[in-house]
Amino acid sequence: MTEQETPLWEVFIRPRNGLAHRHVGSVHAADEVLALDAARDVYTRRGEGNSIWVVRSDAIAASDPDHADETFDPTADKIYRHPTFYEIPEDVGHM
Amino acid sequence: MYSQGLIGADGRTEESEAFLDAFQKRIDAEEKIEPKDAMPEGYRRTLIRQIGQHAHSEIVGMLPEGNWITRAPSLKRKAALLAKVQDEGGHGLYLYAAAETLGVSREQMTEELLSGKAKYSSIFNYPTLNWADMGAIGWLVDGAAIMNQIPLCRCSFGPYARAMIRVCKEESFHQRQGYEIMLTLCRGTAEQKQMAQDALDRLWWPALMMFGPHDADSAHSEQSMKWKIKRFSNDQLRQKFIDATVPQAEYLGLTVPDPDLRWDDSLNGGKGGYAHGDIDWDEFWRVVKGDGVMNRDRIKARKKAWDDGAWVREAALKHAEKRAMRKTQEAAE
Repeated sequence: MTEQETPLWEVFIRPRNGLAHRHVGSVHAADEVLALDAARDVYTRRGEGNSIWVVRSDAIAASDPDHADETFDPTADKIYRHPTFYEIPEDVGHM
Repeated sequence: MYSQGLIGADGRTEESEAFLDAFQKRIDAEEKIEPKDAMPEGYRRTLIRQIGQHAHSEIVGMLPEGNWITRAPSLKRKAALLAKVQDEGGHGLYLYAAAETLGVSREQMTEELLSGKAKYSSIFNYPTLNWADMGAIGWLVDGAAIMNQIPLCRCSFGPYARAMIRVCKEESFHQRQGYEIMLTLCRGTAEQKQMAQDALDRLWWPALMMFGPHDADSAHSEQSMKWKIKRFSNDQLRQKFIDATVPQAEYLGLTVPDPDLRWDDSLNGGKGGYAHGDIDWDEFWRVVKGDGVMNRDRIKARKKAWDDGAWVREAALKHAEKRAMRKTQEAAE
């Protein structure tokens, strides 16, 4: 097909106030106005939310899954970051 | 909501044994595979093909039912049918989006559908001749699709599994509205009941074919099961569908058009199930390969929709360009 490709947008929906927007999928649209319209039609046919964000897919930077081990390694081996690392006598009560 | 057993998968792959073993271990541990993860080429290719076929089936599946929207017998039926057809369009779009995460473009997939290279569920190459077909499609075709799709919610590929969860949630209304149409017809006049029987007679066998060829003839099924793209074999799913559907037909007072259909205590590991007659696989392959009653018509309709929409896509892109330019100019002022 020789025609120009229509850009891809990632869609985020907030189910209700108090919750964060959550990724639900993507749509193709020429601009953000049409992307919001398409996202409403495709992803909110049954009261799934009260707010939509759309973001151009090519504007998202992502971590590399091939480097996931190095990237996320420090979270596992620093056990002193967790409350259970510290010993508090039971007599002290809930802390 | 219309998947069919995958047709023409090619699970061949050339990666090193160490890589394939490590990948298999992740699958066996029920880890989900996400789009940017390293994966065997065969896994990627199989998924692109399967999700693509599934998406195309949803989109082409809008046609046989769309055919009856203007002729629905009441406003209630019309509203329900419109909502159902809109859902199918939505399901197609979720699925295209899931396939696109694997590196295939929407335009490429559309082109493959329009050129006839990509397949879609053979069921949509049958015509919808009377209003009862709307009932039989919801009941049987969506029913068969649900059987196929529930296990796909646990597919090893994350985006496909997530799309399937959404689809299955939305789906149950489709089957219920279809069965309700059948029930209304069966409780109506003798002529209306005959319409329901006629729809069942024509759609029963094509619905069974939706599960794809017998396991013994399903070339790449085994690899798909190993990679946990599929969880049950074609024949297992077909059996489940028959066991669930035959009592529903009895409730309607309709006759399943299979003289060999009978209860068999030895099926399903001794729990019993319905043994069925031979499926006409020649017909299946004939329809898959393009010689069903409606194949040409369906593709023609999709081509027309694509071509007629060209000016809209073009105008939208131009408009977006113009707005972006204006914004830059305003910022410069």
